[in-house]
Amino acid sequence: MNKMIGSLREAMEACQLRDGMTLSFHHHLRNGDQVLNQVLAQAAQMGIKGLTIQASSLFDVHAPLIDHIKSGVVTGIETNYMSGRIGRAVSEGVLQKPVRFRSHGGRPDAIDTGRVHIDIAFIAAPAADPMGNANGVAGPAACGSLGYAMSDARHADRVVIITDHMEPYPLMPASIGEENVDMVVKVDSIGDPKGIVSGTTRITRDPVGLTIARYAAQVIEHSGLLKPGFSFQTGAGGASLAVTQYLKPIMKRLGVTGSFGLGGITGYLVDMLEEGYFTSLMDVQCFDLRAVQSIRDNPRHQEVSATRYASPGARTAAVNSLDVVVLGATEIDTGFNVNVHTDSNGVIMGGSGGHSDTAAGAKLSMIVAPLFRARLPIVVDKVLCVTTPGDTVDVLVTQRGVAVNPARPELRDALKQGGLPVFDIGELKDMAERVTGKPALVRPQGRVVAEVEYRDQRIIDRIHSMG
Amino acid sequence: MRRTMMFVPGNNPGMLLNADVYGADALILDLEDAVAPGEKDAARVLVRNALRAFDYGSAEIIIRINPLGTPFIEDDIRAVVPLKPAMIMPTKVAGAEDIHAVSAMILEAERANGLPEGSVGLIPLLETAMGIENAYHIATADPRVKAIFLGAEDLSSDLQAIRSKENHEILYARGRVVMAARAAGVDCYDTPFTDVNDDEGLAQDAAFARAIGFTGKAVISPRHVPAVNEAFSPSEQDIAYAREVMAVIQEGERLGRGAVSLRGKMIDKPIVDRARRVLDAAEALGLGGYEHE
Amino acid sequence: MQIQGRAMAGTLESNDVMVTVSPAEGLEVQVASIVLNQFGKELKRVALDTARQLGAERALIELDDRGAVECTVRARVETALTRAKEATA
Repeated sequence: MNKMIGSLREAMEACQLRDGMTLSFHHHLRNGDQVLNQVLAQAAQMGIKGLTIQASSLFDVHAPLIDHIKSGVVTGIETNYMSGRIGRAVSEGVLQKPVRFRSHGGRPDAIDTGRVHIDIAFIAAPAADPMGNANGVAGPAACGSLGYAMSDARHADRVVIITDHMEPYPLMPASIGEENVDMVVKVDSIGDPKGIVSGTTRITRDPVGLTIARYAAQVIEHSGLLKPGFSFQTGAGGASLAVTQYLKPIMKRLGVTGSFGLGGITGYLVDMLEEGYFTSLMDVQCFDLRAVQSIRDNPRHQEVSATRYASPGARTAAVNSLDVVVLGATEIDTGFNVNVHTDSNGVIMGGSGGHSDTAAGAKLSMIVAPLFRARLPIVVDKVLCVTTPGDTVDVLVTQRGVAVNPARPELRDALKQGGLPVFDIGELKDMAERVTGKPALVRPQGRVVAEVEYRDQRIIDRIHSMG
Repeated sequence: MRRTMMFVPGNNPGMLLNADVYGADALILDLEDAVAPGEKDAARVLVRNALRAFDYGSAEIIIRINPLGTPFIEDDIRAVVPLKPAMIMPTKVAGAEDIHAVSAMILEAERANGLPEGSVGLIPLLETAMGIENAYHIATADPRVKAIFLGAEDLSSDLQAIRSKENHEILYARGRVVMAARAAGVDCYDTPFTDVNDDEGLAQDAAFARAIGFTGKAVISPRHVPAVNEAFSPSEQDIAYAREVMAVIQEGERLGRGAVSLRGKMIDKPIVDRARRVLDAAEALGLGGYEHE
Repeated sequence: MQIQGRAMAGTLESNDVMVTVSPAEGLEVQVASIVLNQFGKELKRVALDTARQLGAERALIELDDRGAVECTVRARVETALTRAKEATA
């Protein structure tokens, strides 16, 4: 007996796919994913309507969703992040029902507690056995951790594993266990490896970004948190990743060995593990090939579920033990509220992901950003969308200076003592505007196209359409 | 303090916007090699506007102009002098007569703009065999000359030498520039390190330049600024030793002793002079220089 | 200032603006910009002001802006107008 089904279509029929169901997907294949599009293409052919897509994130590769929305196949979207053409289309009003944005911690909490009900979870797995044990570390589309799929596997009414690489029973290790799986489908390809993980992530070469990273490392040094057992998380791009390069010599100089690195894991954090700066890595998502190899081969680098990573409903989650997180921002206002949902015109191009979770959990939450991008100051009077509330954000680091949340006067003093250029956040705004001029206020006036559900389940903001 | 001079392409608004962020002691706004011949006019206007609009803080402003014999130099000087740069960097300087020619043009512009005569300094770029041969004459040609600067890329071409990582082909030129500058009583600057990705090579190159007597070094990338600043800043040990030297000197003076020694070593005038320079530099950098009783 | 022909200045690089000047009946500015909503009006005002200061009255000034700040816009407009003055039709 095995759970192999001949085709995706047959599996969907066997699951009794009906109008109005909620289908879930994880985003570990990122912009190389082919599974979501394949599933919806079949659903459309089957004449299904009114589906809700419960996806941990959506990328530009998922643009076919736009046509499915227009034809009524999809009428609802719930996600933690939305970029590319689908984000723009939602901002233009293509979807009648507002998108429900959650965070990487809030989504598994909603699933674990039943607030969100999933009819069918379609779990793309780089490797699987005929009973449905699945992992992300083998196969041509290896993506590493499958942390964002685990709550779906445990709680969906039906779980379908979709793979392009079969291995004999029993597959080890198994990130998704056969005890939760109904069906296994083998397809030709679950995704394009080049879109799934970058070959190698590179830190920025932009001198402004490097200057910001250098200041950020100094903030960490003078925060008092850089002691033995130090734990750390950083984003995958821009100045965020470069912080690791400036942090290493400081940790060496102070003789500090950290405990864990968390995230969002790239080769740079793997290096830090292998070079002895940390003793372990907790991985909810792998960003590059080095991270995939490391999670496969190094027992000190382990996969964690999204629940263990950041769920506010868990007894504890990793973010609650985190010392420092380095995050980005599209905008930050004088109340330290951060927007990573929209661009400066209010058009959806992102979402919290783990932003609001890590900011809430970490002892020190740092935003790194240039003082202005193109001609737009990073500090505004009021953000166009509150992704992460200001009371969870401690420091803004720019290439011209840092601002500390007034609620942390002792931190401000410590940074000043450390020789860092410390300003009020309003002063940084003025500094930027002296160069750029004051931008005219832009605020979309159309109907609500998205609601931002914070990790405490409150709707903390709404996003309006442009028109 | 002028440990680092960072090149900023004069026709690049993005770089002009952020030039003062990187911690370079001096900025070289470049109207010469970084700007295509068809864009010299655009660069002059952009640099003019940038200097008027942006506050470059404590960074010293140097403007590199096109060589004598090109159609650009006169417009360059006319455009640049009213901006009151600390220094102008003439290029392909071959001898004292070049300095006289440029100085005369600057004087005319100073007068036309009601600026104090002689207020704009010169830091000629020596990048030809003739320029290196005439280094001392160039350095002493005019009171405007505050420093001389070695350019190895064009020089190695003029020498018909092969440009190498080990820098053998410019070894004599480096020593000669330092010699001429010190004999003339002006500062001297080393050629920039050109590999943007070789951090170790950069540190070694900067340490070498410091060791043979250069005042500082040019950089072509903002990423090189911290390493070169560090190479030309007195270290904690340098400062500590310098303080000890000054302490034994003062002790000796108090006790009326002519000769003093520190840990078995005679402390004579050159050592005292070096100690004073270290402490002056430390003061200037806010590292704490002379201890006050 | 008499605009004789068509001329350009600036680039499409970040923080720059590409300015194209051509002869026209009156003084007109057309703006395309990556920050149109935030600075479109301001870009137009600065371009007009620069042209007037130079005494240019009959020119079409087209801006393709990538986030240039005021001093850059002024510089590029000035350069384009000066080049157009010298250009042949």
